[in-house]
Amino acid sequence: MSACAQDAPLPHRPAARPPVRPGWAGEPLRLAALLAPAAVVFAAFFLLPLVRLILIGAGGTAGWSAYLTTLADPGHLDSLISTLALSAGVTLVTLAVSTVAGLFLVRNRFPGHALLVALLTFPLAFPGVVIGFMVIMLAGRQGLIGTITQALGAGKLVFAYSMAGLFLGYVYFSIPRVILTVMAAAEKLDPRLEEAARSLGASSWRVVADVILPALKPALISAGALCFATSMGAFGTAFTLATRINVLPMTIYTEFTLQANIAAAAALSVLLGLITWAALAVARSVAGTSVAAAG
Amino acid sequence: MPDSVMQNSFHLDAVPIRLERCGKTFAGGARALEPLDLTIRGGETIVFLGPSGCGKTTTLRIIAGLESPDPGGRVLFGEEDVTALPIERRNVGMVFQSYALFPNMTVAENVAYGLKVRKIARADRGRRVEEMLDLMHLGEFAGRRIDQLSGGQRQRVALARALVVRPRVLLLDEPLTALDAKLRDSLRLEIDRLLRGLGITAVYVTHDQGEAMALGDRIVVMAKGRVAQVGTPREIYYQPADGFVADFIGTMNRLGGMARGGTLSIGSATLPWSGPEGAVELLVRPEDLALAGEADGHLGGTVAAAVFLGDRTRLVVEPADGPALTVDAAGRSELGRGDRVWLRVDPARVLAVP
Ligand SMILES: Nc1ncnc2c1ncn2[C@@H]1O[C@H](COP(=O)(O)OP(=O)(O)OP(=O)(O)O)[C@@H](O)[C@H]1O
Ligand SMILES: [Mg+2]
Repeated sequence: MSACAQDAPLPHRPAARPPVRPGWAGEPLRLAALLAPAAVVFAAFFLLPLVRLILIGAGGTAGWSAYLTTLADPGHLDSLISTLALSAGVTLVTLAVSTVAGLFLVRNRFPGHALLVALLTFPLAFPGVVIGFMVIMLAGRQGLIGTITQALGAGKLVFAYSMAGLFLGYVYFSIPRVILTVMAAAEKLDPRLEEAARSLGASSWRVVADVILPALKPALISAGALCFATSMGAFGTAFTLATRINVLPMTIYTEFTLQANIAAAAALSVLLGLITWAALAVARSVAGTSVAAAG
Repeated sequence: MPDSVMQNSFHLDAVPIRLERCGKTFAGGARALEPLDLTIRGGETIVFLGPSGCGKTTTLRIIAGLESPDPGGRVLFGEEDVTALPIERRNVGMVFQSYALFPNMTVAENVAYGLKVRKIARADRGRRVEEMLDLMHLGEFAGRRIDQLSGGQRQRVALARALVVRPRVLLLDEPLTALDAKLRDSLRLEIDRLLRGLGITAVYVTHDQGEAMALGDRIVVMAKGRVAQVGTPREIYYQPADGFVADFIGTMNRLGGMARGGTLSIGSATLPWSGPEGAVELLVRPEDLALAGEADGHLGGTVAAAVFLGDRTRLVVEPADGPALTVDAAGRSELGRGDRVWLRVDPARVLAVP
């Protein structure tokens, strides 16, 4: 009521002039001055290199069509497809494992709970190189798994240097991030919702499908998008494993340092960036609408 | 009246509930509920009333199957022992203070959920949901998202969702507490109408005595994990079992008196008496104390405060000795602070605690 009265023009009183703040005209200038350092940093360290990269990609003998011809190269296309497949697989498996483990850890308290959470999130501290090293120790030529299978007479099982090894390493270092996100979201679930569903006759599985997963969906989508992006761009692990699979970052590295094919490397880099960025954008918009729908 | 036709078609079974020696000790050793025996008649609305933390919700959750009683306790629905059944197999309807509606579903989908879980055919489901929404005056909201509803509408959706599956028992845990006063009154009336119409056995938890009096066929007053009294609203109000119940329900005055040889002396007066002998504490409701003149009054005092409530004026009177008394005078009474008044006590309406 009173707010309306204030907003409405008052016909009987002479309209009060809005108070003129001294120096108001200088406001945009001051704002610009304040933003300038951030703008300079953004331009110098983000925009310029990016533009440069895009231009270099088009600067080879093929010109702008380099962006198409790079992909026409079967090696490059293979690399792109296997990287996409690897990242998608890693994302799905990580989400599945982390959701189950995260929910379990939030729902159950037991001795050693805090220690287990700490251990699970330990890989956060490792660079990709160390992860690769650990995969080799587990599944490499002198690895634990190989030794055990050999002792069992099943022959030496070595998969560190294949897609499987890379997959294992990526999942290993993706789990901590996703599990932390899932746990944070699971803490906020309203237990009354589950009780209401159960009172209506829903089995545990239905409660998971109808109540828990929809509530976790926004968190799973954003965690999954980050996991996907990280896997697309990961380099250290692949490098350490000297894998036979050429993931895209490895291909870029090879083109750049060994072949000195700078234009192709730049074009691939831009492509990698675009695909990852698009995946993140799609995830964000899907998560955004589902958040809105969940109220 | 299309309403009453609806309600008849929705008449539900009246299943009695029996709690036998149901206690609850939580992990960590906290005793939330002393072993409790209680029979709830089929079709009855019973209200658990008591201060915060007295074990109302715990008892409700034991009936629901969300908590199991300590070993030795049994929960029976009719003749069936349901102690070992989890909530999803007890067929109970639940309504929570926080509504607990599924945010990812529309109003109609929320109401249909229990039927979907029971694998009721789509056509049948649609018809029953529609009927239920009409009964709860929610027809126009069927396609709405939950966050587009007011609190009162949400709670009506929650009721519809719980009732559409024809539960054996309806359990409500402070369903009106989150609503504002006016809405609370109108929804309380609606719930009352619904429970009477459906004939379902209902257990209603509240800490609001007004709600308890208005809704309950019987009230279970609880204190510190124990049942203090079970009775109809009138019994609880006029014959409280002990001082706790007396103080918790409504306003109760306490008077010191001395009973000897068939007479009771209060203040300067001596009244005929048939209650216990000796020094007694007398409990009197404000409406059972009457203002009187100096000649026929039993007890003199000074008005310490007068609150005009419209239909009556509530006086706080300080007698010469003893605690202050609350008395109701007529709304138009001109009495005010500092006035000298005399009160009459009707010995038939006085409760004595030795
Ligand atoms: N899961 C639990 N673990 C341990 N103690 C609990 C648990 N749930 C309830 N309690 C304790 O049991 C007692 C009774 O709780 P309950 O929820 O039944 O009270 P209430 O009467 O419903 O109170 P309110 O009016 O505040 O809802 C309280 O002291 C509470 O702290
Ligand atoms: Mg409670």
